[in-house]
Amino acid sequence: MKIIVCIKQVPDTKGGVQFNPDGTLNRAAMLTIMNPDDKAGLEAALRLKDEYGAEVTVLTMGLPKAEDVLREAMAMGADKGILVTDRVLGGADTWATSTTIAGAIRNLEYDLIITGRQAIDGDTAQVGPQIAEHLGLPVISYAQDIKIDGDSVIVKRQYDDGYHMLKAKMPCLITALSELNDPRYMTPGGIFDAVKAEITTWGRANLVDVDDANLGLKGSPTKIARASDKVRKGSGEKVNLDAEESVKYIVDKLKDKHVI
Amino acid sequence: MDFTLSKEHEMARTLFKDFAENEVKPLAQEIDEQHRFPRETVEKMAKYGFLGIPVPKEMGGQGCDPLTYVMCVEELSKVCGTTGVIVSAHTSLCVDPIQTYGTPAQKEKYLPDLASGKKLGAFGLTEPGAGTDAQGQQTKAVLDGDEWVLNGSKCFITNGKEADVYIVIAVTGTVEKRGKKMKEISAFIVDKGTPGFTFGTKENKMGICGSSTYELIFTDCRIPKDALLGQKGKGFNIAMHTLDGGRIGIAAQALGIAEGALETTINYVKERKQFGRSIAQFQNTQFVLADLATKVEAAKLLVYKAAMKKAEFAANPKTSYSVEAAMAKLCAAEVAMEVTTKCVQLHGGYGYIKEYDVERMMRDAKITEIYEGTSEVQRMVISANLLK
Repeated sequence: MKIIVCIKQVPDTKGGVQFNPDGTLNRAAMLTIMNPDDKAGLEAALRLKDEYGAEVTVLTMGLPKAEDVLREAMAMGADKGILVTDRVLGGADTWATSTTIAGAIRNLEYDLIITGRQAIDGDTAQVGPQIAEHLGLPVISYAQDIKIDGDSVIVKRQYDDGYHMLKAKMPCLITALSELNDPRYMTPGGIFDAVKAEITTWGRANLVDVDDANLGLKGSPTKIARASDKVRKGSGEKVNLDAEESVKYIVDKLKDKHVI
Repeated sequence: MDFTLSKEHEMARTLFKDFAENEVKPLAQEIDEQHRFPRETVEKMAKYGFLGIPVPKEMGGQGCDPLTYVMCVEELSKVCGTTGVIVSAHTSLCVDPIQTYGTPAQKEKYLPDLASGKKLGAFGLTEPGAGTDAQGQQTKAVLDGDEWVLNGSKCFITNGKEADVYIVIAVTGTVEKRGKKMKEISAFIVDKGTPGFTFGTKENKMGICGSSTYELIFTDCRIPKDALLGQKGKGFNIAMHTLDGGRIGIAAQALGIAEGALETTINYVKERKQFGRSIAQFQNTQFVLADLATKVEAAKLLVYKAAMKKAEFAANPKTSYSVEAAMAKLCAAEVAMEVTTKCVQLHGGYGYIKEYDVERMMRDAKITEIYEGTSEVQRMVISANLLK
């Protein structure tokens, strides 16, 4: 079985977020981590590899330094890493990103593609299903559990009011939730191998069946008006009253604001 | 000279840091209070290869260098000195001598299980009458047909009872050296469960309370003839060489404890308010922290240098790293004691309360000045080299 896992290097939520003048993220200037949903997707793939035997290829699109996230995935147990990087691909929204990734995947053989549900920087949850659409594959989103049954996958899909059990013939695409599993750590020996391993680097020229009009910032229908870091709340109002007066004070405030 | 860590080492540090924060730190206080060996952590470390970091891949290890191993012990010890010493005693004192002195058959028998963490290792040199003075050994091994018969006891053995494989130093006869009769000392590999090998008292210690410290007792304990490690009569050299490596591990433990205490204290002084401002704003706090950070950095350079020197030994067995190991341990252990003591002081009354990590760290730091050669022994090693 051949599994492709799409992963993304995202800003570390513990670090500061920085922006370019055009409103896009200044990824080069930020501390980064592997997107949590993608990491769960990778773990799911590695568990399928442990259980059924599989070759796991991790693929990312980004700046040259996104190579780091591929090496991390390989130190966890992925077999191959592919970096899609090119200046003309920069500033891509979900449409241009999914077009690019689908164009890269057309070079590869696969039974299963796993992506994270969404990245913690953009929170769109669009790229995974769009890749499936470009490649004409069935997609099962929000996977909580994945099992292989012959040439099909059986997926438990999370829903607000419960879960769905879905079966799909491979090849197909699954989007994973970070709740899917606890991703494994790297191993020290895995790190040493991963740093030495060769990463395949592809640019625009390697993308198959894609139109330049659908790539990069120019090919992105989404225009970002403004992006911001989490707005920090003020310190609020502090009062120092005894218990009874405090309750009255809060109730009055809530009434003023028509909450109660 | 380049002080920049390689990509491998940076990634390894991230790994050990994440593991320590998520898996080790949450248990640190509990295992200390309950004097409980963290078996569950050992199993997790085994799963991720932490118990065979410098062992070649073909022997089931991770195939990394001594610096990676040192960084592992350091990061674990930042949050829990107990966990650091479990890895150090296993790797430096049991795996390393088998790797260095074992026959191909011994390596094949022991290294894959030890490196994968399926089995845990320990080392028995110290006796009630033989600590620093290794010639005071009383434990005897007598060859009887195809077996050695061990009699005697060892004390203060780290990983005692929890370990499966023990390197045991014993007297195998007498030899004449420069006209003087000396004990002939040899090293052996002894499996737990061998009839005649039992455990005595569990020590109730000041610090590293989750670590299992036991007395080993040998009563007509028969082990196969081929359980001899290295040549007969070379046990003293094997023990001393093993301790050279062990000292780098303990130096890493001490360094980790010091760094952990400093980090915790930096956070604390920013939050703790007195006279209307954080105590970090007082110049006394700033100067103390500056001095401690400088000493920690100096210790770190010595510890990493010793690890690099040990890596040279792997390429060229004539390389000696005794002095570097002794300097690293002497410095890191004394820095750990000073840093933790001053960090308790900066915490004020709270530093004396068990809820605060620095209280445990100060107790844990003390042993690093004592075991695997006291600070005084390190000074002997260093000065002997200066005055030879």
